[in-house]
Amino acid sequence: MALETTARAGIEPQVLQPIPVQVEGNNAEIEPTGEVAADLGVEAGAHGDGPVTAEVGYDAIDAHGGAEAAGMPQLDFSTFPNQIFWLLVTLFAIYFVVSRIAMPRIGAVLAERQGTVTNDLASAEELKLRAQEAEAAYDKALADARAEANRIADETRASIQADLDAELARADEQIGAKTAESEAAIAEIRAGAMDSVRDVATDTAKAIVAAFGATADDAAIAAAVDQRVKG
Amino acid sequence: MAVETEAEEGGLVFHPLDQFIVKPLFGDGEIHWYTITNVTFWMALTILCVAGLFALGTRGRAIVPSRMQSVAELAYGFVYKMVEDVSGREGLKYFPYIFTLFLFIVFANFLGLIPTSFATTSHIAVTAVLALSVFLTVTILGFVLNGTKFLGLFWVSSAPLALRPVLAIIELISYFVRPVSHSIRLGGNIMAGHAVIKVFAGFAAIATVAPLSVIAIAAIYGLEVLVAFIQAYVFTILTCVYLKDALHPSH
Repeated sequence: MALETTARAGIEPQVLQPIPVQVEGNNAEIEPTGEVAADLGVEAGAHGDGPVTAEVGYDAIDAHGGAEAAGMPQLDFSTFPNQIFWLLVTLFAIYFVVSRIAMPRIGAVLAERQGTVTNDLASAEELKLRAQEAEAAYDKALADARAEANRIADETRASIQADLDAELARADEQIGAKTAESEAAIAEIRAGAMDSVRDVATDTAKAIVAAFGATADDAAIAAAVDQRVKG
Repeated sequence: MAVETEAEEGGLVFHPLDQFIVKPLFGDGEIHWYTITNVTFWMALTILCVAGLFALGTRGRAIVPSRMQSVAELAYGFVYKMVEDVSGREGLKYFPYIFTLFLFIVFANFLGLIPTSFATTSHIAVTAVLALSVFLTVTILGFVLNGTKFLGLFWVSSAPLALRPVLAIIELISYFVRPVSHSIRLGGNIMAGHAVIKVFAGFAAIATVAPLSVIAIAAIYGLEVLVAFIQAYVFTILTCVYLKDALHPSH
């Protein structure tokens, strides 16, 4: 009975040991052969990948593979609960990371950076103002110095001019004095020379007249010389 | 994105969708809701990446940021500005939720681009939950904040009176289509891209077209990198738009 059952179901005895054992142990409750075979076939088909051979097993594997190849895995509704469950777990985990770690940290960093940038800009503005002030002060100092220099130069120039004028005036005066003096001396010399010329001319004329052997009175000679000298 | 093609009986056999199969990590058997599957693994990696970027990256809290901190701040600023620009200042209250969505999608998309990985966002189950949660939150929020005035969203007061009922029906339909388009846009994009890469990989088994196939894979991979970011961006900005509708329902 047991041997017949396994043979008709096409199952190797060593693979499915429990069945013959069970059949032997419950000898009294054995049911008709056909039914047992049908039961085994159904069971093998349901699992699909059991270690069965012959027609039953082959059909079962074929049916299994056919079901996978026919439709898209996306439409295999038996995997939906699994996917949805793990998706929700993932979303909660990411939400946890985002809300507890990412947002506080990045928010704080961005705020801090914003603050730093604002502060830096403000201090840069302040420094710029100070630089402008310093530049203005520098310009003012420069202008003052230039004005002062100009003033000093003008002053110096004026004083030098005054000195120069005074010196020139004095020099002119001295020159005038010297000139007058010299003119007087020249006039004197000239007057002296004139007298000398008259004396010499008179003497010479007297001598010439005496040499010619004539005598001439002094008055006539003097008059003739005067006339000549004037001429 | 497992690149595996089998040449059977002289013909090419493509399994472009095998990469999307959800399987248990340990042993095999039925997949219960609590079973640890490849979904669990890749979602856990997503969490690790987010935690790594934000916990380790911002560890220094430096005023002058390190590279990682710059990236974290960039992501934060990107989404923050998006929420502020699209939803207005009132929307900033919901920034953490939107940021969570963005981070999950962007990291899941990019992790899905690693060869042989599993793209969690390619599954309609995942994107539908994301889109439905946005839809329900926005709808409930709209009614809680505005009461029945929220229905003004469907009553276009600037249109002629005769047209308004027609427009209301159109608006109503478009409102309820939102979660569908919102979820399928993301899931479909990711799935299609990965499947196309797989199909091209299948052609690589033929020696004569193999070089072309490899070039095509490289090109599509580049496109997918773009898509991975753009879809995360689009999902997030649409969430902001829907949020704006809930905050200011008048047209």
